[in-house]
Amino acid sequence: MAENLDSGREEADLRLTGAAMTAAELEDWFVREVLPLETMLIRFLRRNWRDRSDIEDLRQEIYVRVCEAAEVDVPKSAKSFVFATARNLLTDLIRRENVVPIEAIADPDSISTEGDAPLQDRALIAKDDLRRLQNALSKLPPRHREAVILGRIEGLSGREIAVRMGIAEGTVSQHLKLGMHALTDLYLRDAIDAGRRS
Amino acid sequence: MTSSRQLGQKQSATEIDLCAADWLQRQSFWAWGAEDQAALEAWLAEARAHRIAYWRQKAVWENAQRLTALCTSMSRPEHRGSAKNSRPLLLRIAAAAIVASAVGASYYQFSGAGSGNEKTFTTLVGGRETVTLADGSQIELNTNTVLRVRADKAMRLVTLEQGEAFFDIKHNATRPFVVTAAGHRVTDLGTKFAVKDAPDRLEVTLFQGKARLESTDKLSPPNTTILSPGEVAIATPQSVTVIKKPQKELADQLGWRRGMLTFYRATLADAAHEFNRYNTRKIVVVDNAAEAELIDGTFPVNNVDLFARFAHAVLGAHVENKSNDIVISY
Repeated sequence: MAENLDSGREEADLRLTGAAMTAAELEDWFVREVLPLETMLIRFLRRNWRDRSDIEDLRQEIYVRVCEAAEVDVPKSAKSFVFATARNLLTDLIRRENVVPIEAIADPDSISTEGDAPLQDRALIAKDDLRRLQNALSKLPPRHREAVILGRIEGLSGREIAVRMGIAEGTVSQHLKLGMHALTDLYLRDAIDAGRRS
Repeated sequence: MTSSRQLGQKQSATEIDLCAADWLQRQSFWAWGAEDQAALEAWLAEARAHRIAYWRQKAVWENAQRLTALCTSMSRPEHRGSAKNSRPLLLRIAAAAIVASAVGASYYQFSGAGSGNEKTFTTLVGGRETVTLADGSQIELNTNTVLRVRADKAMRLVTLEQGEAFFDIKHNATRPFVVTAAGHRVTDLGTKFAVKDAPDRLEVTLFQGKARLESTDKLSPPNTTILSPGEVAIATPQSVTVIKKPQKELADQLGWRRGMLTFYRATLADAAHEFNRYNTRKIVVVDNAAEAELIDGTFPVNNVDLFARFAHAVLGAHVENKSNDIVISY
């Protein structure tokens, strides 16, 4: 059902509030309104763009465009705005490259953003949050996971993690970097198989 | 065909995400100076994509702190939903049970066996004492405090039975320093902190380094809090609230180490309560209106009379000596 392009079509609310944002407000808005849409956005991109290796760059470009616009004028509905931006980006790319990916893209308006279900009940999401975090954590490679647990949960410093794990500080740095990076993707894309792979 | 080429980007989104994660881990786990901060800010200013990538990593990383709750709950059979405690935080009192725990796969294995190397330290009302441990760590006991210390090769464990203490700990990752008090435990992660056991709550104030606060009560919601300098955790059986205090207030809070009590916008009742911790002659505030008076000032902890004169001269209160008490009214 989730894969049906026609399901859950909605009237896009692309109105603006007429309010600008400071950098701090923008960050807050982005984290609160846009990031929770990532699972849906990635699904959308995967369905409507055949080259998987482009997905991350597309996602980033969409975030950049969304924030650029929101800084000047905050959209009423972040969700409508994000997916309108996504549709426009894909359409532009198709015209420019003269490629015809999957059929649905020929009519950009037909690209569905699919069911709102994941977003409708924010309380439920909050309740689900710990499970998602735990799930993401459990999917990390063991060494990365250990470093993340010692750092985030036990609150150790980098040097203490190195002592505890019996490894060099540079290695701890790498574990933390890769662990954080993977944790972010896994958490924001709960229920999407395998996270980011090219 | 790659969109990164079309979009004219030098770096792929994944590369930028990895950079953001790297900045974040450097900032969170390693020495971080003004130069590092400047370098990070320069990187963030370079491109909107950099800022967004950093926000994204940071948001998830900060949120991941909730995982500490899960890990605590692993060591508990069950937990109830958390009831919010709505008690106003009027008193600057910290009552804390601090436990320093060995970190790792198994949490907090305390042996129940009586140990011969346990020592108890006590101060009377108005007393103050500094205890120096073999490793150089110092514990300063405030008035009317009872504290037990047990140290072995694996860990250093302090139990605050009552009162308040300031800890200046020589950190040793392989030999954790744990303070338990009033159903909570504080694990030193390299730190100076104070723990105060008040009748209705435990207060843990972190002055330097890092410490972890957890509940030891099985019925409490699993709540683990990592404290940063300047933060005060107010723990009750139902909740943990963290507030940030300005440097000035933090310094004032430790005034007792110099024998001074400093009040800033404290009510007469709060001030009286603080004085009463240090003195056998008690101040009784009988009038409700007097309780609402706000007080600024610094007083010697043991000079109740000076405080009474202040109440009379500055607040215009009526002060009366009754047997062993000082009664303040309007």
